[in-house]
Amino acid sequence: MNAIKNWLMRGGYGSFVILALILVVVFPLAMDIFRLNLVGKYLTYGFVAIGLVMLWGYGGVLSLGQGVFFGLGGYAMAMFLKLEASDPESTKIQSTPGIPDFMDWNQLTALPLWWEPFKSLPFALFAVVAVPVLLAFVVSFAMFKRRVGGVYFAIITQAVALILTVLIIGQQGYTGGVNGMTDLKTLLGWDIRTDGAKYVLYFVNAGLLLGAILLCRWIQLSKLGTLLLAMRDKEDRVRFSGYDVSMFKVFAFCLAAGLSAIGGAMFTLQVGFMSPSFVGIVPSIEMVIFAAIGGRMSLVGAVYGTLLVNFGKTYFSESFPDLWLFLMAALFIGVVMAFPNGLAGLYESHVKPWLARRRSAGAPATLPVPPAPAGHAAPVKAEPALSARVSGQTA
Amino acid sequence: MSFDEIYNITLMQGFAGLSLFAVLLLMGLGLAIIFGQMGVINMAHGEFMTIGAYTIFLFSSLTESLAPGLVQAYFPFAIVCAFLVAFGIGWLTEWALIRHLYKRPLDTLLATWGLSLGMQQVFRSTFGPKEVSPTLPDWLMGSWSPAEGLDIPINGMFVLALTVVVTGSVLIALYRSRWGLRVRATVSNRAMANATGINTRRTDRLTFAIGCGIAGVAGAAFTTIGSTGPTSGSLYIVDAFLVVTFGGAASLWGTVVSAFGIAQTQSISEFFLSGSMAKVLTLLLIVTILMMRPQGLFAAKVRR
Repeated sequence: MNAIKNWLMRGGYGSFVILALILVVVFPLAMDIFRLNLVGKYLTYGFVAIGLVMLWGYGGVLSLGQGVFFGLGGYAMAMFLKLEASDPESTKIQSTPGIPDFMDWNQLTALPLWWEPFKSLPFALFAVVAVPVLLAFVVSFAMFKRRVGGVYFAIITQAVALILTVLIIGQQGYTGGVNGMTDLKTLLGWDIRTDGAKYVLYFVNAGLLLGAILLCRWIQLSKLGTLLLAMRDKEDRVRFSGYDVSMFKVFAFCLAAGLSAIGGAMFTLQVGFMSPSFVGIVPSIEMVIFAAIGGRMSLVGAVYGTLLVNFGKTYFSESFPDLWLFLMAALFIGVVMAFPNGLAGLYESHVKPWLARRRSAGAPATLPVPPAPAGHAAPVKAEPALSARVSGQTA
Repeated sequence: MSFDEIYNITLMQGFAGLSLFAVLLLMGLGLAIIFGQMGVINMAHGEFMTIGAYTIFLFSSLTESLAPGLVQAYFPFAIVCAFLVAFGIGWLTEWALIRHLYKRPLDTLLATWGLSLGMQQVFRSTFGPKEVSPTLPDWLMGSWSPAEGLDIPINGMFVLALTVVVTGSVLIALYRSRWGLRVRATVSNRAMANATGINTRRTDRLTFAIGCGIAGVAGAAFTTIGSTGPTSGSLYIVDAFLVVTFGGAASLWGTVVSAFGIAQTQSISEFFLSGSMAKVLTLLLIVTILMMRPQGLFAAKVRR
């Protein structure tokens, strides 16, 4: 028991376990399937947010184009589902049966060649991750090798987001245009619109998200994570130590892109459509605020931030639509001016010391002789050498 | 098709490119001062343009209801007011927000994006969600046809002329005035400028406000060619940043040249492709060139 407790405390996994319990136990018990599906949708943005924690919080590179990768992942998944939904049988009223309906509306008479491979699920799943990561690699390799960073990188990623949006909306016959890909029905014959399927997808999504957090945490605790931090704080010094700084940044960007793409694919599966409104500049910057609210240094915090902002958005745009943008504005400005490390930072600087004080005040009363806690306390204090260097960092 | 027609089409096409150039340059000019000279990423730049546009709209509705006889004359006065209103709000923004964030460029970006969201909602609550356009004086309408089959729109010429005037004034102000001297000194070495007795904080505030004011003038000019809605500003912002970045951030001439290049590329490709594909092609070209040459077309020679 103590060993488990130790392990939890050491890597900061305590907060991870709490999040896992909330996602896997509390939410499914407390909510009906409609609300749970909504939470599942929010959690797909969580993938983007934890990607941004790695890229922005750890790597110090801000991308304003994460919607591109979210969208590409989602579109790759949607293309497979759309092809399955448009078999000749169910599209026989079209002038060309067997192709997606929007192609038929735009006078296309045959499936474009680059759509063909998306008939196979393994290829589609491969493309979900591979296409965005490849694009991320090309963009970031070209930029970081020339030591372009910071603001310029942010502007370029924004331009990429604009290009992709204009392209998707403009090429209506190939992409579904501004409506996106709708009417997605089945995955290998399994109807994804039923309540049962939604439950299954929610758990798959939550599992993937928790897995992604563990992966990122593992990277953070490894030498690579230390290097990313070092690079963020003193890039030149890392370069002079003989490391190829640009490739670490490329790695962080590709990681963030891959995670966002998985989120996008899960979004398509759970919500049942994909459209350019999740690709452009506005959604991309909104995704940055999810990570910023939760805390740009905290993986778990980023997920909470995503949930909180989205619950807020849903609640306010239903009840007080006029207030939502003002609140959003206040969030953006407040998070930058008042609490740059987000919720996780507030927890670290205010709640944690308070809890510690409570515990030390309560400890003598319950345990008159506390040799055991003291013994455990020592390794706990000595262990997080990494996190000690960065204020406000949790798992 | 006769030679005359081809000649006229070429001329009109060339003028379309010129008006786009004027639009892009006006958009980029304020940003070239704020982003190029000061290094502040003002994502609310588009909203400052919208402020200028709404000022014109306000003026036109007021003159129409209070003094209908002055409809022909209000426009130049309204443009000056658009500058002043945007200038004032820019001044306040710098004081309340920007000055705390000079050392954190990426955070400035987020904060000003938040500001732009707030401003959009203010526009929506004040002027309604619909797009509005002011009643323009007659001398801005119609077109000028110097020859048979050749139509040059007057509002396009007006925007072009305004662009020339504004660009000229900015260049003169930046390179021939005390303010310009202070700005350039602050940009190249803040500590040293401070040591020689330049009040860099006041220079910053004035510079930011002037950049916002120019954005207001740009917005005012755009009312002659299109209508204004609460979110109009967000349509311009990426283009404006690309114009400035592509030209080389610290160079005002670079901004002029890049606006010209981008406008011509886009209007020429629009002649052959659909509008959206022309836009994609232009943007792709810019991004690719920026990847090859990240410092932009005209880079200041500094050691990095």
